[in-house]
Amino acid sequence: MSLIAVQGLSVAYGANTVLRGVDLKVEPGEIVTIVGPNGSGKTSLLRAIIGAAEPAQGEIALKPGLRIGYVPQRLHIDRTLPITVERFMRLTGRVSRATCRAALEAAGVPDLLRRQMSQLSGGQFQRVLLAGALINRPEVLLLDEATQGLDQPGSAAFYRQIEAVRRDTGCAVVMISHELHVVMSASDRVICLNGHVCCEGTPAVVASAPEYRALFGTGTGGALALYRHDHDHGHDHDHPQSHEAAG
Amino acid sequence: MLDDFMTRAMLAGVGVAFAAAPLGCFVVWRRMAYFGDATAHAAILGVALSLALETSIFAGALAIALAMAFTVSFLGRRGYAMDTVLGVLAHSALAFGLVAVSFLSGIRIDLMAYLFGDILAVSRGDLVVIWGGAALVVALIFWRWSALLTATLNEELAYAGGLDPRREQLVLTLSLAITVAVAIKVVGVLLIAALLIIPAAAARGLARTPEAMAGIAAMLGAFSAVAGLQGAYLFDTPAGPSIVCVAAVLFAASNLVGWQGRG
Repeated sequence: MSLIAVQGLSVAYGANTVLRGVDLKVEPGEIVTIVGPNGSGKTSLLRAIIGAAEPAQGEIALKPGLRIGYVPQRLHIDRTLPITVERFMRLTGRVSRATCRAALEAAGVPDLLRRQMSQLSGGQFQRVLLAGALINRPEVLLLDEATQGLDQPGSAAFYRQIEAVRRDTGCAVVMISHELHVVMSASDRVICLNGHVCCEGTPAVVASAPEYRALFGTGTGGALALYRHDHDHGHDHDHPQSHEAAG
Repeated sequence: MLDDFMTRAMLAGVGVAFAAAPLGCFVVWRRMAYFGDATAHAAILGVALSLALETSIFAGALAIALAMAFTVSFLGRRGYAMDTVLGVLAHSALAFGLVAVSFLSGIRIDLMAYLFGDILAVSRGDLVVIWGGAALVVALIFWRWSALLTATLNEELAYAGGLDPRREQLVLTLSLAITVAVAIKVVGVLLIAALLIIPAAAARGLARTPEAMAGIAAMLGAFSAVAGLQGAYLFDTPAGPSIVCVAAVLFAASNLVGWQGRG
């Protein structure tokens, strides 16, 4: 069965509906990337999957006993809270120091065990978060713009790490990203979200889909469109909710 | 041994310090300092009610502290700015409490005892309540420690780990109300927040892990209680404020040590 099966999901904050009629299935071992403009409900979708946001409508079925690894968009650790990398990794379970070390190695940052979380660089911090998410051997890894604050080589390296993790552990990956040009090669499937699923399919198909271009501009091939699109165009938000899935 | 009022006072102070230390760490980490203040100030209303109804002070203070904590959480979720909610509720609760006490003309009430504590008058029965309450708070926090810590770090991380941050918030709220109720006798409603925050803040610079910070805070708190009481005895100063003064000096000292270590 699917690891995650979302059906007809709507999420609302008060009178503000941020997601409507979203269907999503995640199968073991696949990498699914969710792209979409700000406010398109990407984070709300992930929050609903982990149970942090109540669905207003629809259903979310997780495989019973599903182990989820989650890397948040931003994790602010208050300056008043002292915590070492090792202690952070041990938050959610009783794991040995060797396991911590192995998870850090898998995330590409060995030898940080005894450092304070507050002393890490942005890249190290995100990788420690990744290591923390990997420590319970998750079946699915959820990443919410995990490369925010990293420069382009940094985030490219980060996504290569994600691919390596998938290859080594076989876990599925669902990630939110606005850097389609970076995640292109790694993703099996891309879902373009704007309150509803605009289009989905392989990266190449999505990048050339008219719905995607309407959202992200008309640049060539879509891969670099994110950095070319203009903000002065208008696009119709009232188009029917279910497009032909382009793939 | 318990016949000596100084011994009883020290035991009471140490008991409260043990409960306040780990809870105080969370108050500091989650920036709930004024939340603690508001809960404590509301307790004076509880004191007035329990005097009027002739029930135990502990029960009255606990009930009102809980009601206050839930009201604050509720209004906070309704979108009011937190510091405004706390500013309104903390001081109105204190004011209503003081007015309510003034209606109780039948009994002569030493208001100072509730505002600043009356640790030298702690009875054996009080000791049982204080240590019982403190043990309950320490047990609650020990039991939920990892969950509380995860929820404090990041809400989504807690959800993904199968925890409910709202339940962990409830644990803290409950612990706070119990601590306030048992600490009234020791430092009084006006200085409870000091006992929560100052030892934890003093421990920050000396600790590398959250557990170490809670442990060091407990030791600093207990030391403040003992040293404060002895100081109060020597210099004939009010006991509750003397305890807080020692804690404040420890805070200053630990920061000086921290600065030197960094420099």
